[in-house]
Amino acid sequence: MNGKAYALYKKDLNSELRTRYAANSLAMFIIVAISVILFSIGNEKITQSLTSGLFWVVIFFSAMSGLSRAFVAEEERGTSLTLHLIASPSTVFSGKLLFNLILVFCMNTIIAVLFSILFEAFIIRNFALFAISFVLGNIGLAVASTIIAAIISKAGAKGTLYPVLSFPILLPLILTCVQLTLLSNQGADFAEAKFELAIVFCYDVIMLTGSYMLFDFVWKD
Amino acid sequence: MVWKIFLFVLLSFVSIAGVAFPVVPVPHAWYEFPLIPGLKENAKIIFFHVPTAWLSVVAFLMSTIYSIRYLRKKNMDDDAKSYAAAQLGIIFCVLATVTGAVWARFAWGSFWSWDPRQTSIFALLLIYGAWFALRSSIESEEKRATLSAVYAIIAFLTVPFFIFIMPRIMSGLHPGSADDTNSGPVINFKMNANMQLIFFLSLIGFTILYFWMWSLGYRSIILRDKINKQSIKE
Repeated sequence: MNGKAYALYKKDLNSELRTRYAANSLAMFIIVAISVILFSIGNEKITQSLTSGLFWVVIFFSAMSGLSRAFVAEEERGTSLTLHLIASPSTVFSGKLLFNLILVFCMNTIIAVLFSILFEAFIIRNFALFAISFVLGNIGLAVASTIIAAIISKAGAKGTLYPVLSFPILLPLILTCVQLTLLSNQGADFAEAKFELAIVFCYDVIMLTGSYMLFDFVWKD
Repeated sequence: MVWKIFLFVLLSFVSIAGVAFPVVPVPHAWYEFPLIPGLKENAKIIFFHVPTAWLSVVAFLMSTIYSIRYLRKKNMDDDAKSYAAAQLGIIFCVLATVTGAVWARFAWGSFWSWDPRQTSIFALLLIYGAWFALRSSIESEEKRATLSAVYAIIAFLTVPFFIFIMPRIMSGLHPGSADDTNSGPVINFKMNANMQLIFFLSLIGFTILYFWMWSLGYRSIILRDKINKQSIKE
């Protein structure tokens, strides 16, 4: 099963490298979003809590513009029936999840680097805390957006519905991650952030389990 | 028929009692409410606001339960039940949000202050909104039932975070928040026996009302589907 999931991931990666559709549009989206924020800030000094909020705003909307590709592309090309034949639903989900995880990690690393270069208030003082919350947050983001992408690829309306459906699901994750980013920017130690870290970890586990259980119903027509 | 009259009497009593019974510093008579410092007459919101908020969550829970049943048995009646529960849920959710916001204007000074429970009910409104948007975007009946059931279950997975975790880590204004100095919920400590009695009567009355409306709702949806199918056949 793992071999097949990896093969699916390789397939998605190859088709992505051939067209570079998601990578290009995501990169441009990140640049546009950050420059809009920079223009609207102008010369004002913004606080740390605002910066960590903006960080997750950019991450959320970038994810919404890029992550639905994985499933929507299969429906558009009419290749989902082939996938039905060669692999079980959970294998398909693993492959797509792996691809989206890689995409989310690349995207968010770029956003984090750009933020620490361009925003004065965004200085990571506790790097270990930031790294752990970043990894846990990315996993949660990838899992929740992959299962929602599967739902909207089967529904009629594709583009507009995605952020609408994802936002309430991602809200607990985003609120906690904003808090964690703020704490790591303030240089707080792990004891202060252990409750938030536990929440994000629980969120990841719950969403991962729920997605694997429910994906069968979405995938089988 | 008897229980309908009973429900009418119960809700009339609760409405009159909740609005008209006086708040006094030291209650003696059975119809007097105790004075809660800082809330005064505003405390009476509990008879109407809490049941609506409670029902918006109960409706969501029922919608999820019938979604799970639909996914197990693939019976369209379960989808109708889930849909009817959610239709009522969004009404009670809006009512709870509006009554809470108006009350907050007088008790806390502003309509909205992103208290954890306000955040949660806002998220619940968003979930209901997204759920109806998803349903309206799908043409095929079975597909609509399956996908909306899956979405309802996934959305329900986030409820523990909003109800149990957020209010305890974020500072808030509702009773039971992390920085609540009143040592616990209003229900146990600040209300006297008759206030509690009317509160629970109101909760029971509104819950019966909800189940009545829900059974009317889902039966009419099932009948409408049946009529539509018959007219297509002819």
